[in-house]
Amino acid sequence: MLLIPCPNCGERDEGEFNYGGRARVFPPIEKTASVEDWHRSIHFASHEQGQVHEYWYHHGGCECWIEVKRNLHNHEIAAVNATRSDTDRSGT
Amino acid sequence: MKYSAFSLLQNGFDRDSRWPSILPCVTPKDRYDIIIVGGGAHGLACAHYLAKNHGITDVLVLDSAWIGGGNTGRNTAIVRSDYLLEASFKLKNFSLELWKSLSQELNYNVMYSPRGYIDLAHSDGELEHFISRANAMRLSGARAEILSPQQIESLEPSINLHTKSRFPVSGGLFQPDGGLVRHDAVAWGFARSAGRAGIDIVQNCGVSGFGVRNSRINWVQTVQGKIHCAKVLITAAGASSELARLAGFELPVEMINVQAFVSEPVKPVLDKVINYNAGLAYISQTGKGELVMGGATDGYPSFARRGSFARIEDTLVRALQIFPFLSNLRLMRHWSGTADIPMDGNAIVGISPLENMYLNCGWGYAGFKATPAVGWTMAELLATDQTPDLLAPFALDRFKSGALIDDAGIGPYPWLH
Repeated sequence: MLLIPCPNCGERDEGEFNYGGRARVFPPIEKTASVEDWHRSIHFASHEQGQVHEYWYHHGGCECWIEVKRNLHNHEIAAVNATRSDTDRSGT
Repeated sequence: MKYSAFSLLQNGFDRDSRWPSILPCVTPKDRYDIIIVGGGAHGLACAHYLAKNHGITDVLVLDSAWIGGGNTGRNTAIVRSDYLLEASFKLKNFSLELWKSLSQELNYNVMYSPRGYIDLAHSDGELEHFISRANAMRLSGARAEILSPQQIESLEPSINLHTKSRFPVSGGLFQPDGGLVRHDAVAWGFARSAGRAGIDIVQNCGVSGFGVRNSRINWVQTVQGKIHCAKVLITAAGASSELARLAGFELPVEMINVQAFVSEPVKPVLDKVINYNAGLAYISQTGKGELVMGGATDGYPSFARRGSFARIEDTLVRALQIFPFLSNLRLMRHWSGTADIPMDGNAIVGISPLENMYLNCGWGYAGFKATPAVGWTMAELLATDQTPDLLAPFALDRFKSGALIDDAGIGPYPWLH
């Protein structure tokens, strides 16, 4: 079970959240992006030593999307931010 | 020793003290033609069919723990082939054919019980989808029927269709040949048969690296040392993405926990396998009387094999909606496994970016039913280097070419598959 420290509501049970997937960065929609670029950004998500950067939606609380840095091996949550903070969103 | 009524009688007189062990204890050689990484049912089935269909026995099967201890022993043992898309259907239906005679073939009782599988629909729209699925199955030669709620009730009287429920049952898709197979027996049966043919099976022997040169694997680094090989098959479910990374490439797969639950044993109360589709809960009763239940994935990636309590609650709530008597039972055991779910929810089987490495992964929580067919076709691929027609659609390059096999039409969101 995860306890997710929501930046708006404090520590809450995972049952209050919906998982929204990895923070994926897609290539800009222009002709320079190749099939390979799209393939990589849609089908492969990087994680450094099990650490992933992902989105969760707090439906049982503030009804906001939040960004979570989580370790897939031990479920440790390293950082939580309100969305639109430090992610590189170029092209999304 | 061949298992028979005679051997049973003979060993009964010996107070069961002389049964030979199923697997010989072997030390791996320095070199093999084929190394199979992963001693689950898929890897062991492949070993069995390599020996039986192709006469290849210079094979080593490695497992980092014990055979059948991963997802083979953690699933809910259901077999069926009620798929809409042709590629998914054909492979699983071939499997269903093989299950029928597997006990005789292996001389090991895998307890195939074709008790029938009922998938419940909860709206007219869903029922229409089931009708098209049933038609597709019948056109391809499988038996499938659409049942009314009354017919479902007459087949399975303990089901609750009367109280006002949030998700009323509007009908069901019935596959009479679906049912259960004892999953541990499948692993042991294939392992025994492969071992008797001369194939080495080594447990507690994890892989920590590959010797790769010019896109070829020359050797496999294991805890028991370096083992050279001509070909390698990766068939390691939850560990497959890590093994691929060790070999130098990525897989479009996420690892997600799936849980299953077993109640205390009771007298026979449930004959068929029932799948409740509003949310997800699949329920069956074992020969011992326990009710086995499973649900959807935990819904987010994890390597931790640590189940989410929210999912236990969710699955049991849904199971209770159709079988209210379950509220009187206690859960005896529950466990979770790491399911390898690809971006389109379907398996990745075939060649890899490396010349002599082959892949069988991405079965997620739907791999058990496909076991004998995967073993059969994978053995053919390893023996002949020709991809069998049944496997061609499951190639890794489909993600780049766009020829995805997304049975549920969900898209690249593995946690929703």
